[in-house]
Order: sequence, then structure tokens, then C-alpha cells
Amino acid sequence: MSTDWRSHVPRLEGLARKLGLDWSEVIFEAVPDSFMTEIAVYGLPVRMPHWSFGARYIYQLLQRHMGYSRLFEVVFPGDPGHAYLAASNGLADNVLVTAHVLGHADFSKNNMLFRRCQDQGNAHIIEHAASHARQIERHIESYGFNAVEQVLDAALSLEQYVDLDQSLRRERYPEYAPTPTEPKDDPFRTRFATLDATPGAAPQARKVRAPLPPHPERDLLWFIATYAPEMESWERDIFLAVREESFYFYPVFATQIMNEGWASYWHARLLREADFIPEETYLDAIKCHSDVVRPVATGEQVALSINPYHLGFTLWEEIVKTSGLDDARRVMREDDDCSFLRNYLTREIAEEMGLFRYQRQQHGQIKVVAADIEELHENLLSGKYNFGAPRVSVTEVKNDGTLVLAHDSQLDGRGLDAERTGKVLEYIKRVWRRPVLLNTVDANAKAVVLSSEFLG
Amino acid sequence: MSEDSTGTSPQTLNGWYELFSRGSRDWLRHNEKIREAVREHLPRIVSGSDIINDGARTVRIPVRMLEHYRFRLLQTGDAQGVGQGKAKPGDVLGPANPQNGPGQKGAGGKDQGGIELMLEFKVDDVIDWLWEDMKLPNLQPRAGATEDSEWKREGWDRRGARSRLDRRRSLKESVKRRALDADSPAFTDEDLRYRQLTRRRQPALRAAVFFLIDVSGSMSDRDRQLAKTFFFWVAAGLRREYKALDIVFVAHTTDAWEFSEADFFKVAGSGGTVTSVGLAKVREIMLERFDPGSCNVYLFYASDGDNASDDRAPASNELETIAKAVRYAGYVEISAGVRSSQSETMGLFEAAAEAGRPCGRFSVGGPDDIAGAVRHFFTAEANTSGNADVVGPSV
Repeated sequence: MSTDWRSHVPRLEGLARKLGLDWSEVIFEAVPDSFMTEIAVYGLPVRMPHWSFGARYIYQLLQRHMGYSRLFEVVFPGDPGHAYLAASNGLADNVLVTAHVLGHADFSKNNMLFRRCQDQGNAHIIEHAASHARQIERHIESYGFNAVEQVLDAALSLEQYVDLDQSLRRERYPEYAPTPTEPKDDPFRTRFATLDATPGAAPQARKVRAPLPPHPERDLLWFIATYAPEMESWERDIFLAVREESFYFYPVFATQIMNEGWASYWHARLLREADFIPEETYLDAIKCHSDVVRPVATGEQVALSINPYHLGFTLWEEIVKTSGLDDARRVMREDDDCSFLRNYLTREIAEEMGLFRYQRQQHGQIKVVAADIEELHENLLSGKYNFGAPRVSVTEVKNDGTLVLAHDSQLDGRGLDAERTGKVLEYIKRVWRRPVLLNTVDANAKAVVLSSEFLG
Repeated sequence: MSEDSTGTSPQTLNGWYELFSRGSRDWLRHNEKIREAVREHLPRIVSGSDIINDGARTVRIPVRMLEHYRFRLLQTGDAQGVGQGKAKPGDVLGPANPQNGPGQKGAGGKDQGGIELMLEFKVDDVIDWLWEDMKLPNLQPRAGATEDSEWKREGWDRRGARSRLDRRRSLKESVKRRALDADSPAFTDEDLRYRQLTRRRQPALRAAVFFLIDVSGSMSDRDRQLAKTFFFWVAAGLRREYKALDIVFVAHTTDAWEFSEADFFKVAGSGGTVTSVGLAKVREIMLERFDPGSCNVYLFYASDGDNASDDRAPASNELETIAKAVRYAGYVEISAGVRSSQSETMGLFEAAAEAGRPCGRFSVGGPDDIAGAVRHFFTAEANTSGNADVVGPSV
């Protein structure tokens, strides 16, 4: 671990400012590789405990052990932002990483999705997540490990079900339906009003309870925390803690290609223009850069997944080349991955990059199939909609408290995996404390109702 | 930023971070949950027959990583994706592992379900789970010459063996003393408290258990293995539960022999089946060595039920004699397939049960039934009366 890289930070920052980057201060910290792995697995430096993170952690350790991947850095937006650098990075790695972090910091300060989530109070997500973790430790002391774990099982399995269009601190629905406004020019009404009033038949302004929910609700975490019939307040706290963290994760998820591409564009450009970096360091750093953005693994002809660094980097280079930096900055502020790819991944670039669509057939054979650019877009973006999760929303709470969910199989193109869904419904039932039903379709597109009850 | 590394990165280990590894903590919890899950699938562990043969103290079971369930779309056969590289429509690429491709940060680790782990379970733990709430049926304390005595922890003293120092208690004493005099030293010899042992006497519970196995030619290797697996777990459980316990191992074909425990689990034979001979051997040993008046005697018999038909009367007589003396006689029928009618031996035990004798029976069709058989004979319900037994799951 070389500490020398810190001396380059102020000069890199100066250069970045001159080139128009605009970011909140970033605190750099070098941490052991094992801690880097944990940050990657938990998504946050300190986060609530859950066994599923343990399973991912071991998986990551194995991957790392086998040399499949290596983490250089993780950066958290905020004011100030925090960048964690792997202690095993060399000098050149860290010079590159510093420049890369400045790109991310610029992105997260200016991109609209990030801004909206930070305006909600997520500018201090590291501290908030740590305080959630501490709070949950306290709940464990008070209510026992198993009780807390059950709630976390449910909350974390619904992690993706938040509504980013709603505020982080969301109000309950109005309890009564809005009173229907009377139509004005109704001849019948006018005449009726002139009739003698019959005693006891005076029209009463009756309040009507609004149905729950008044419209299909996709913010499952909020809905359950707010309307579960017998949920303990600490259980609600856990649901809302998970929801708050999801608000933080969403922009990271929804702009991954843009964000990594932007950071890669800037680390390449800053390094190119930084005349203060010694030749040797520069060459090492550029070598590292080309490893990060390479599309296809060394020795391979093709890759079956797209390296987001490579894709984003290529697109940003192209945008800056054709439309200039100001336009690029506007795109960076306004787009997310969906609009970014649809607008800027053109037929020509796709051909130049050698993108192709494939179908996995029986016996694991993979066949390359023809595709136009729209099909490529849709394939690349298929995992990006709705936080990468099937569209499930609350449609009804029955009189006996049964929670009814509905899956939009039309939009998702097929039904839900019945076994897994049944397990998730069981998770939910433990906090909802009433039966939970879900409408979806089976493999033959026939409507089915899955229940937390049938599976016992 | 991440990269697909070609080499391994140097590991800088930092003790502070290692100490608070949340990843390891949650990983341990994951494994604990797997253990709980496996425990619910006890039959699978119990049916592992290799434990008997090499006398291992642990069983190794392959398990999958636990999945934290989420809503997921039905998997369709034709998965699609976008790749990059030198390929044109119509090309067929060999089966490749997409996880090796670049850009796989694996941040979600979505596919770790594919990893299989080998978890080791202590045989002792398995016995714990299997024998939870189980005991010998109808066990009664018998007045006898011997009394059990055991050492129990009871009380504290200022002197004692170092190993029995009670630190919590000693600290309390220190706190009390310092509450009176704040200036006194943190610990003095006066504060130390040691746990004491006393001898507890209990009336003896003497018990003897007979394991009788049919090793005739009609019992295939598989049948014998099933029977022995059953006996293995019963013996292991009984040994732990009851200190003064004699187990007698008897095998029979048309003749009967007593074996040592080690030989019993290896015994194989050939020839016909004459149940009465085996039962007679049990009766002989019982009368010779154990007085049913002062000792709880049990018999467990495993056979495929194919007793010679002309042996019905003698076998019935022998069983009657034994059943009158023992606390309980259990019959485990190893039935490899569907049986059109009731077997000879099953009929024998059923008749005895109907006559009010404490006789039970259970059919074992395969390895998965063994845990059920153990449960059947040793849970409280099985003991309430000798003749209300149900026949276990037949195949």
C-alpha cells in the first residue's frame, strides 16, 4: 500500500475543477480488502445483520479467491462523500481510482435521480444505515434474535418494492373518500329541490371511507409498515429502515451504466491531461484502465454479458466527441440508464462494439440471433425496470384483514415462480399477521391465486 | 470500480477489521439456519448407513446454500441476453460460464445457490435431535440392591479446585466488599468462590434391551442394512439416555447366536427363518441374566416377516412367554415392496398385542422410515398402552 497517491489528490482535484467537474468534498479512506468485500456485499459500510448477506459474502470471497474479480474502490455519495479504497491497490491504481471517484462524485451531485434521493435526506446514508444497524441490534436485545430475523426476512425480500415518486416520509392515505362534487346544471335536481321536503328524508352529507388502498400501491414496504393490522412499532421501524436504504440504492441501480461510464470517462481524461503524473505511474494506470473497461476477458473471443464500464465509457466518449462536453453534462444530469441507452446507443455504435443478441437453448447451447437496435435496447434494459423486480402491488385489504397483492403479469410477460412466491408470502404473513394472497398467472397464462396459507 | 483480475491480489490483513467481520458473522448465522433446516430432514441423516461401518463420530451431508426468497418471474426455457465480441447471427457458441465474463461484479451474488457445501454433523448432535422427548416405554423404577449416584453441582465454598472457580460469583463478592470499603484492593482471596459438588443418590433404573435380528437368506443386504441402521440409532440413543443399560445382541436364522456389539453390526447369514429359535434364545438369556422382576427388559426384533409357517405355534408360545415378562416388545418389519397380505411375523405380534401384551410394530420400507421407526417406539404416545400401536407407513 503506497501512501504516495494522496499527494496527487489535490492536483487531480484542481484539474477536475478546471475541466468543469462539480462535486461535494470526498473523504478518502484506505481499508483492508476483506472490508471492501463486505461493503460490496452489504452495499453500505455498516448495515443491518442478515444471514442472506452472509451467503453473498462467502460467494464473493470465493469469487475473489478464484481471481474472478477485484474491487478497487467503493464510493458513497453525500456531503461529504466517502470513498473507500482497497488497501491492496498500488500507487498507479490509486491515482486512477482517485480520478474515477471524482467522476462519480460529480455524477451523484448533479444527476437528477441522485439529487432527488439526496433531497429526501439520503445525503447521510452511511450514518443513517449505521444507526439502523445499531437500532436493530437493540431490537435483537429486546425482542430476541429470531423475532427480529423474521421481520428482516420479510422486509429485505421486499427491498425493491418502494415508490420513488413518493416522499421518503410518506403520509397515510386520506381516510375518507373525497365527497363527490354535485353536478351543477341538472334539470332533475333543480326540480327535485323545489319539491316539498319530506320529513326524515333530508339528504345527509355522509362521509364515505376510502377503499384501502385507494389505488394499486407498489410501495409494499411503506404500505405494510403503515397499515399492517397488528404490527409492533419496532417491526414497522425495521420496514421503514429497509425502505430508506432502498431509496439510496435505487439511483445507484438505475444509473449504473451511465455512472460507471462517466467515472471511467473522467479517470481516462484526467489522467491524460494530468502532466504532473510520472510517466511510469501513468502507464500503469492506463493499463489498469484498459483492464477495467475491456469488453471481453483476455483470451476470450466473446463475452455473454456486457461490461457496464465499457458500454458507458464508449457512449460518453461518443457523446462528448459529437455534441461537446456541455451537452454531455446535460445528459448526465437528466438521464437514467433507460433513456441513456435508448437515446445514445445507436445502430452504428452497437455494430462497432460488436454487440449481439443470443438465445440460450437446451443443452446449454448459445445461439446468436439477429436483432435490431430496439431489441438490443430492450434486452439490455430488461433487468432495469421496477428496480429489477417483478411488478407486484397491493390491491386490496379485505374485511378480515387479508392482504391481496397482484402481479402485473401482462407487463412482465409471464407469471411468478409459485414456490418462491409462496415463501415470500409466508415471510409477509408473519408481520402482516393475516393471510396474504397474490394474483398472478401460471406457466399456461391461466390466472392463479397464490396464498400464504396453502403452503403451510 | 471493479475489474476482472487475472492474478490474485495481495491480502493485507488488518486485525481490527477482521475482529468485526460482519460478513463472517452473518455467514455463521446462515450455516446455523442450514443446520436447523437439515435437522428437519433428519431421516436423510439417519439413513446414512456408512456411519455404522466405520464408527465415525461425524456425518457429512451435502447441503445447498439457503435462498432468501424474493418474488421472481417463472423461468422460461429460452433465456436471452446481450453479448459482445466476434459473433454474427446464426453462430452457435459453446456452453460457456457467463460468470467468467467481464462486467460481472457479482454485487448481488444472485446465483450462489449453485454452490454445494459439505456440512459436518456430530453423531451426538443427531442423537440429540432424534431422541428429543424420547424414552424407553413403560420404564419403571425397580427396587434393587444398587442405587445410582452421581455428582451434582451444589452450593459454593471459599476453597476448591481452581477449575471450579465461579468468576461471576467471585466478582460479586468483590463488588460487595468494595461497596463497604472503596479503598480496598480489587480482588482478595476472600472474594473467591468455588462451586461445590455433592453426591446425589437415586433409586436404580435397571434396564436390559434385546436386539434380535433375522439374518436369514430372505433378508437382502439392503434389508439387513436397514435393520442395523435402526439398531444403531436405538443403541446410540439408549446408551446416552440410560446409564445402567445392558444391550444384548442376538441374530438368528434357523439357529440363534449371541454376538458382541461390533460383530452384530457385521453379521450376515443364510438359510431359512425360524423365529421361535431366535425368541427362545432371547428367553434363555433373559431368564439366565436378568430377573424381569427387578429389571426393565425390552425386546426389539427386526425381520422381513417371512417366518416358516409351521413355526407359527412355537413362535407364538415363545412370544407369549417373553411378552409377559418384558416391558415392551417392538417388531420392525423390513418390507422391501408392497405386500399382498400380512406377513407371518406381523400377524404374530398383532395377535399378541390384541391379547393385551405390550407389543408394537412398525414397517420400514426404506431409509427414510428409520427415524420414524425410532420415534414410533420411543415417544410417549407409543407407550400409553401396549396394544394400540399403529402399523407404520407401509410402502
